[in-house]
Amino acid sequence: MTSQSSTLVDIRGLEKRFDLSGGLLEQISFKGGRFHRKQEAVHAINGVDLQVQKGEALCVVGESGCGKSTVARTVMGLLSPSAGEIHYDGQRIDHLDGKEVLPYRRKMQMIFQNPYASLNPRMTIQQTLEEPIRFHQPDASEPQIRDKVQDVMESVGIDPDWGSRFGHEFSGGQRQRIAIARALAVDPEFIVADEPISALDVSIQAQVLNLLMEAQESRNLTYLFITHDLAVVEHFGTRVAVMYLGRVCELADTRTLFSTPRHPYTQALLSAIPKLEDDRPNHIRLQGEVPTPVQLPSGCVFHGRCPYADDRCRQEIPQLIATDGGAQVACHAVEEGRL
Amino acid sequence: MSLLEVKDLDVRFAVRGGDLTALRGISFSLDKGERLGLVGESGAGKSVAAFSILNLIARPGYIAAGQILFEGKDLAAMSERELRKIRGNRIAMIFQDPMMTLNPVLTIGTQMVEALKAHRRISTRAARDIALNKLRKVQIPSPEKRLDQYPHELSGGMRQRVIIAIALLLDPEIIIADEPTTALDVTIQAEIMALLLELCEQDNVALMLITHDLGVVSQVTQRMLVMYSGRIIEQGPTREIINDAQHPYTQGLINALPQMGEPGERLFQIPGSMPSLKNVPTGCPFHPRCGFATDQCKRRMPEYVRSGNVDVACYEVSNLIEQEKCMQEVES
Repeated sequence: MTSQSSTLVDIRGLEKRFDLSGGLLEQISFKGGRFHRKQEAVHAINGVDLQVQKGEALCVVGESGCGKSTVARTVMGLLSPSAGEIHYDGQRIDHLDGKEVLPYRRKMQMIFQNPYASLNPRMTIQQTLEEPIRFHQPDASEPQIRDKVQDVMESVGIDPDWGSRFGHEFSGGQRQRIAIARALAVDPEFIVADEPISALDVSIQAQVLNLLMEAQESRNLTYLFITHDLAVVEHFGTRVAVMYLGRVCELADTRTLFSTPRHPYTQALLSAIPKLEDDRPNHIRLQGEVPTPVQLPSGCVFHGRCPYADDRCRQEIPQLIATDGGAQVACHAVEEGRL
Repeated sequence: MSLLEVKDLDVRFAVRGGDLTALRGISFSLDKGERLGLVGESGAGKSVAAFSILNLIARPGYIAAGQILFEGKDLAAMSERELRKIRGNRIAMIFQDPMMTLNPVLTIGTQMVEALKAHRRISTRAARDIALNKLRKVQIPSPEKRLDQYPHELSGGMRQRVIIAIALLLDPEIIIADEPTTALDVTIQAEIMALLLELCEQDNVALMLITHDLGVVSQVTQRMLVMYSGRIIEQGPTREIINDAQHPYTQGLINALPQMGEPGERLFQIPGSMPSLKNVPTGCPFHPRCGFATDQCKRRMPEYVRSGNVDVACYEVSNLIEQEKCMQEVES
């Protein structure tokens, strides 16, 4: 990152809880002569601060349940945060109502994981691509809309003559191209891509990744890229945030993170990718599995599986701290120089 | 003699408007204790190949031709009754989704005892002991407790461990694992794969691993098959293929991996996508996506040629080999 880079999306102290306990009557129980009220929630995000810089691809990685998709959805306004703020280009947007948020919606677009579910099966491709343009640019004339649709279809490598076809007539890779075209149709600045290539085959993944990189270059896009696939991150990302149980445990430039991972979880995660040159599995063995986000562990969320955990880790929540390598790491062991 | 030998296997699906050929001329063998990887993208036929070994392809699918010799006996010609003695007993399977494989209304213990009793005359107590033993083997924490738990009480990784324990229950000769870790997270995936590899080595069990992940194949298997549109297009020692793939499709598959490209640079990409079974191209099924395709490729499916220890079905490769031979003759 150069010094002139500026923040496009600013996520501050984001928290998101999903209530599990239902209505008031369901929460109340009668035990030992007294009424108890019990409330339970999934703690999906527990205090995340991230700044997406203009023109970069910030990748958020982590395993299922770490809250990465919830971050994406909250940034897009599909979910409202339980605490914290989202700022877009200096403006707070998380508390805006439907009408006020409209101009931001045009600048922010989303690409979803499953192109079989994200395209309306009853709409032709032409209709699918026209809809966002009509919605966001009500003054656009018919020929303008048609030209625009033709443009985006060409730019994602879909023959414009196929506009009258329906989603099911296309393969998975083509559908994801159409989903990308739909996001690009309103000329956004910022794209949130939630696992956009996970549902695709290897040879198709490369096609779609190339397309996303081309679009970034030609349109000067900024990405928030959610994925569990670290190989993709290494190739695609400018910076990487590694999440675990709703917290960011490490944030660094892609190259720094892959060459010198500091957080024990990042190290384990990187070692777990099967590589072509390996003759045998040689991952760092972690104890147990990811705990449930309903009852968060005290202290560092990773301490139960961490080989370096001590008493401090069990009690005190580590904050992100800058290291000499340029990375930010939330780990007591790294901070104390034990690791 | 190989433990398992598949010869010229054709599998078809009888659908309206004629048969679709899902597998064409599949031949490979598996030795005792050997680990074989089946690689390909979705629709290549790798799961159909695995399922057809135990004749588990559901109607309208059927084995149209070929032999599946297990210790010399043809599984394709066996009655359902005889096959049942082999399924789960001599050849076990592990499927992708552990939640779909385990019965949600039976405890883990009941399911394991049931499997044992289906194949052996054994008391429930003795069966429980064996089950407990196998659960220890797959390193499940507090195995005694697990026997009385239901599948939903276990995490995904733990469930897949139970599945592996069930597969090992009757000490099979072969385990067929169909994408056993695809549904799991990266760190859990690594644990399960390492466990499966260890157990197979310990007991000298042969493993047929179906996966789309070339990294996993490289870590676990000794030999691999690459499938495309219902055919094996390349097979041989894993290391040799990963390091120096011969078939343009295999090369493309490896080069398209993000780890093969320079960060930020364009990735190598194979144009187009795999044809559907309804309109498989004539000749070599890969020719519409292949940079080396000639008229010859469009007309006839190439025969296998040997390059090093690898068998490849590609005219380009066979032409190169011919040329090299000529050069050598000229030189000598």
